[in-house]
Amino acid sequence: MDTALKTKLPDEEKAAGAPAPLAKNVHTLDEHIVEIVSDSGEGAQKCGQSFAAIAARKGNGIWTVEIIPAEIQPPARSIEGASGNRIRVGASSVTNGGDETNLVVAFNEQVLLGRVREGELKHGATILLENKWRNDRDPAIVGSYVQAYEDLLEAGYQVYEIPMEEECLRLVPDPKRGKNMFVLGVLCNIYSFDPEIARNQIAFIFNNKSQAIINANFELMEAGYAWAEVNLDFKYDIPAVKATVPQIVMNGNSALALGVLASGMQVCAMYPITPATSASHYLSEIFEKVGGIVHQAEDEIAACAFAIGASYSGKCAITITSGPGLSLKQETIGLAIMAEIPLVVVDVQRGGPSTGQPTKGEQGDLLFACFGGHGDAPKVVMAASSIEDCFYSVITARKIAETFNTVVLLLTDANLASAQQPFPRPEFTDDWVAPPLDQCTLAEGAQPYDWDETTGIARRFIPGQPDGMHCVTGLAHDRNSAVAYDPKINQEGMRQRSLKLATLQKSLTPPPVFGDPEGDLLIIGWGSTKGAIEEAVTRLRKDGYKISSMHLTFIQPLPSGIKEILRGFDEVMTIENSWSDSLESEIIDEDNRRYSQLAWLLRARFLVDIDCWSEVKGQPLKPSTIIKVITEKMR
Amino acid sequence: MPTPVTERLLRSNDENFTIEDFQSNQPRWCTGCGNNAILTALQRLCRDEELLPEKTVFVSGIGCSSRFPHYMNTYGFHGLHGRALPIAEGVKMARPDLNVFVNTGDGDCCSIGTAHWIHAIRYNMNMTVLMHDNQLYGLTKKQVSPTSPRGFNSNTTPHGSYLEPLNPLSVTLGITNASFVAQAADWIPEILYDIISAAFRHKGFSFVRILQRCPEYVPTMFDEWMNNPARTLMLHHENGMRIPDSLTGVYNNREEHDPLNLDRAREIAAMTDDAPVGILYHDPATPRYDDIRDPNELFTADTIEQALNSEFDKYTIWPDA
Repeated sequence: MDTALKTKLPDEEKAAGAPAPLAKNVHTLDEHIVEIVSDSGEGAQKCGQSFAAIAARKGNGIWTVEIIPAEIQPPARSIEGASGNRIRVGASSVTNGGDETNLVVAFNEQVLLGRVREGELKHGATILLENKWRNDRDPAIVGSYVQAYEDLLEAGYQVYEIPMEEECLRLVPDPKRGKNMFVLGVLCNIYSFDPEIARNQIAFIFNNKSQAIINANFELMEAGYAWAEVNLDFKYDIPAVKATVPQIVMNGNSALALGVLASGMQVCAMYPITPATSASHYLSEIFEKVGGIVHQAEDEIAACAFAIGASYSGKCAITITSGPGLSLKQETIGLAIMAEIPLVVVDVQRGGPSTGQPTKGEQGDLLFACFGGHGDAPKVVMAASSIEDCFYSVITARKIAETFNTVVLLLTDANLASAQQPFPRPEFTDDWVAPPLDQCTLAEGAQPYDWDETTGIARRFIPGQPDGMHCVTGLAHDRNSAVAYDPKINQEGMRQRSLKLATLQKSLTPPPVFGDPEGDLLIIGWGSTKGAIEEAVTRLRKDGYKISSMHLTFIQPLPSGIKEILRGFDEVMTIENSWSDSLESEIIDEDNRRYSQLAWLLRARFLVDIDCWSEVKGQPLKPSTIIKVITEKMR
Repeated sequence: MPTPVTERLLRSNDENFTIEDFQSNQPRWCTGCGNNAILTALQRLCRDEELLPEKTVFVSGIGCSSRFPHYMNTYGFHGLHGRALPIAEGVKMARPDLNVFVNTGDGDCCSIGTAHWIHAIRYNMNMTVLMHDNQLYGLTKKQVSPTSPRGFNSNTTPHGSYLEPLNPLSVTLGITNASFVAQAADWIPEILYDIISAAFRHKGFSFVRILQRCPEYVPTMFDEWMNNPARTLMLHHENGMRIPDSLTGVYNNREEHDPLNLDRAREIAAMTDDAPVGILYHDPATPRYDDIRDPNELFTADTIEQALNSEFDKYTIWPDA
């Protein structure tokens, strides 16, 4: 690739007449990872989302990751303040964020250095850098920019300067509002996107604005496209295969919100908490169309109690939160389990413990989800593994909650919440929605908890049902919901509630194995790591490693058949985003080593010496990281 | 042949409920406990208002007060300490057709449940809330509560409690959207009944603080007021409560107080010597959250399918025709 810098100053351009496009080689690629980073409020995220959407329309696989600073308005030009998007574009389906970034567009050198420092850029990556800082009034800024530019070149990056502000000023008075669409145009040119699709996308995102604004944005995009055509000497084509079925492109939290709608929920009670809230925002806009309400309660506990009150009265109810909120809800969750009131609780996991890292994904709530309440409070725990899963899991969760009259805890995380990936458009079936409740008069002698001796499942009376009056309570109670004085009753109640998990477990199928059913190593994962683990396994298998993986959806109860699967492999390990001690640490040994959370659970259940490897850097797991870990382990 | 539902409806037209119809388990409160008087008053109310037992729900927290739902032959939800109010809000929002009552105590409401109490007042959802204030924690065996008098000897304050009590009436009257605030005493059953009746009829959050005797741990707590009627300030008004004929001779310390007069209500609430009995504040026009949020949309598989598809349309990439 020609590494010569190609920027033309305005005077030169005018002197030359109509600029001639450079001769370029169009490189065909299987995939590329593109980042757009800026200060907050400069629109990098919108640019990235649009770029991703256009790629998806074209038929490419995509996976986007949001780059989010910790503050809403971090200081301008700060190394920790990068805001933007990272888009992995592929010729075929993309299941995770991939490895290092190939090309980055940066609106200033500080946010770019932030990305470099985090090790996100591939060695020799292409950088497109806003160059207005070269002529800034503040000599310190000029110095910083020039130094960074030179350092980056020396480090082997391919650095191209773009006069974004200068070019935008030709078209709009406030370039800050135009750069992102200009950059979109540049990227559309680089990746050989059809400008018509770009125009459609722009019309879509600005559809509630005037035609004048839409046209202004068209012009900006076209200007960027033209600039790249003239000034850049490279172009890529990532071939696409257009889908034959309609595809949805949205992030996990949006999918979650639509899942709530689709599942027949009528009440969503919540309290604002990062990174869960955007699901409730979306639901707030649309839920009332179907007679649902989103209630923002005074705190997390009130939200859960409200949902329980609504569910008790016969309306399907859900509460959505993150780790700290789940901690607060544990007592109310225990009440729902004891009184056998159906409830779905969603935990969009974030970095923990305590306040942790609110905008980063982690998998640290697994054991807490399973065992967090005091006493024996068996509940169902399941985890979404993809964006599509975020939609369908809610439906499954509601059905289980209402069949078994228990609490279903659905785990997702910040990575799934904000990542986007296309998936086939779901087709509605009224199977998804709960059937009408039986409100008939109860027969004489009907018991509120007529526990089935084998399955533990009992019916439920709904307030309003004549002759069904009884008082539900969190106290130990008998089949008539009467407070337990007889010593046998407590044990009986626990037995019944425990049996419900086994009953569900009997209906679960063994998880599929990705790869061969036998081999040297089996990797087990859960949640948002699925794509990265399977991609790593695919690449390793191509290199001859006898490795397979298995991804769990149901954590509690675990499906049957796992022990048989484990027997097919010499070694088994989990790969997770929750803390585990490494035996390489000086004082860590087999007696004190703390395993990551799924590993603990599986070791206890199956009595197999399952190893683990984990990372809690607040970044989505990269396939290359997993490959490195496995190849070292297999040495 | 009528269906079971029709039969039930026909039955309920003819049915005259008695107090016994609203009694379920034998109450297990101590002899002389003020909760018994409150129970009787509510059972009378349900009978007199001809409430259907199956359409009536008592939601409680934890404490002696909160055992209440077990003793009513209605639906009951004996919940968690401090959390009766948000549970009741969920019930009411989901089922506007149900009669919702809340039993809470001074610890349940004014200590652990205070955050929910404040917000419940502001939500002003249609429910009748009875705060059984015996000025201590009874069920856990005599600890100080926020409404205990200063100097109270409890098991956690054996040398006397340290602070002046929190004033539940002042608190309630200080919150946006407060719409019904009253105080009753379990030893004046006629007025207890009248107040609860007015509270039930008010469409909104009716907060009734009931001074309630605990003979087991603090038998003399309210003696000053019980033995000296002059220490009770009877509030009466044509829009408030009427002093029953049987009591006009006994309670001479009276004030004609307009329940819409918030300023005077707050002054009355802040009194420390006299115990006001009656309706301190009543504004029937206060907006209600359950009313405002009533979705008023049909919830069917069809409307769900429509809404879902219309959302999906915004995010769909269609294959080329």
